[in-house]
Amino acid sequence: MMNVPADLRYSKDHEWLRIEGDFATIGITDFAQGELGDIVFVDIPTEGETMDAEEVFGSVEAVKTVSDLYLPVGGEIVEVNPDLDGAPETVNSDAYGAGWMVKIKMSDPSEADALMDATAYAALIGA
Amino acid sequence: MESQETLQLTALNAVHDALGAKMVPFAGYRMPVQYEGVSVEHHAVRNGVGVFDVSHMGEFYVEGPDALAFLQSVTSNDVAKLHSGKVQYSCLPNDQGGIVDDLLVYCFDAQKYLLVVNASNMAKDWAWLQAHLGSFDVQMRDESAATSLLAVQGPLAVKALQSLTEVDLDSMTYYTFGVGSFAGVENILISATGYTGAGGFEIYMPNAAAPAIWQAIFQNGSGLGIVPVGLGARDTLRLEMGFCLYGNDINDETSPLEAGLGWITKFTKEFTNSDNLKAQKEAGPRRKLVGFELIDRGVPRHDYPITDATGTPIGIVTSGTMAPSVGKAIGMGYVPSELASPGSTIYVEVRGKLLQAVVVSLPFWKGNKA
Repeated sequence: MMNVPADLRYSKDHEWLRIEGDFATIGITDFAQGELGDIVFVDIPTEGETMDAEEVFGSVEAVKTVSDLYLPVGGEIVEVNPDLDGAPETVNSDAYGAGWMVKIKMSDPSEADALMDATAYAALIGA
Repeated sequence: MESQETLQLTALNAVHDALGAKMVPFAGYRMPVQYEGVSVEHHAVRNGVGVFDVSHMGEFYVEGPDALAFLQSVTSNDVAKLHSGKVQYSCLPNDQGGIVDDLLVYCFDAQKYLLVVNASNMAKDWAWLQAHLGSFDVQMRDESAATSLLAVQGPLAVKALQSLTEVDLDSMTYYTFGVGSFAGVENILISATGYTGAGGFEIYMPNAAAPAIWQAIFQNGSGLGIVPVGLGARDTLRLEMGFCLYGNDINDETSPLEAGLGWITKFTKEFTNSDNLKAQKEAGPRRKLVGFELIDRGVPRHDYPITDATGTPIGIVTSGTMAPSVGKAIGMGYVPSELASPGSTIYVEVRGKLLQAVVVSLPFWKGNKA
């Protein structure tokens, strides 16, 4: 069964957000990691930068393909998951947990209201 | 979804679906790109044994009194070196300096050969060969649609297969073949060939026999950890060996000498465009296909620019991946000949950034450490 936790918000680009106050933790969904296949490199060179929603904050390289990472809501990238450098495959094994990618301080937390809830995202991916 | 009704299906299509394979369109066929995952499948072949359905490949028989002379005229390697039961890697040069296709030539005798060609080039190859038949007394027969092909690859391949056939697999040397019964089916062609560098065999069979033979191989190999392997791992395995993939590393515009295929380009005979290729060999090709490893972090991909230190394009990446056995980001690409020696520094432009790389000798994968 497709794994779509109920407590997260989702973007059309298959990223998830876990919102805590003005902060949000962001990663890619279980569906996204499954489509990408074995992830071999997560490149996020934007730590400390403040970016708008839909801007590319990094890329994820799988064996067969590369995919951009789009910021679902605007904000400052305050932390990049330091463990992914040595163990990018964590994104495959634990997409919603240890495979998180960045933490951001949202510029406007109300932007997150436009994102999908779990029900809408599950419908998008046909789960 | 892509319009799969226009794709051709292999005889094992239902088997792949039942195994949960991720299926993709490839060269007009619906093919498995992965089952459990590319890395797992890759390591299974390097260290154990895996089975690929490569039934999309084309099989042309060439028979007749002039079969040898005809193949000498259209292929780059020396077909006269073959004897019964021997296989040869070769290419079909075009008359513009490029390559129509690369292929395997199986010799039954001097009047009967089997050519195994890339699926993506089947129609082009057939037309090319037909157009060059001239007055040669040969008949060509296209058995592609009726033939299934399984590649059983890895150091445990003999163990997985031997009890299914009376053909002595253990004593079969690289690039030879035998014909015998396999899993109860008569007249099966088995060759000690492959596209992985892991050892193993390729087994040619009628479509009707393919599901039962697939089943028999997996039953026989169940104690060996045998797994199905998709095109994803086929690509990482071949790239670790520096094997060319037509459409990536070689094409209608790359010469065999540029591509490092001088070893299958024999000027002891005349063949399509051999005068021009000989002149190119004597002058030295202007560019060469090389292997490289990235020094900086990143993954090179097909069609990324190769540049000098200032970012000026000097070549092109033809294949690239994060190599599971080598543990590095590797690639192949064309560079000016003066930068083709191992140790040369080049750069790959990866998504707007210049990443440093070093030219290395092929293969990337030097074998399991003893």
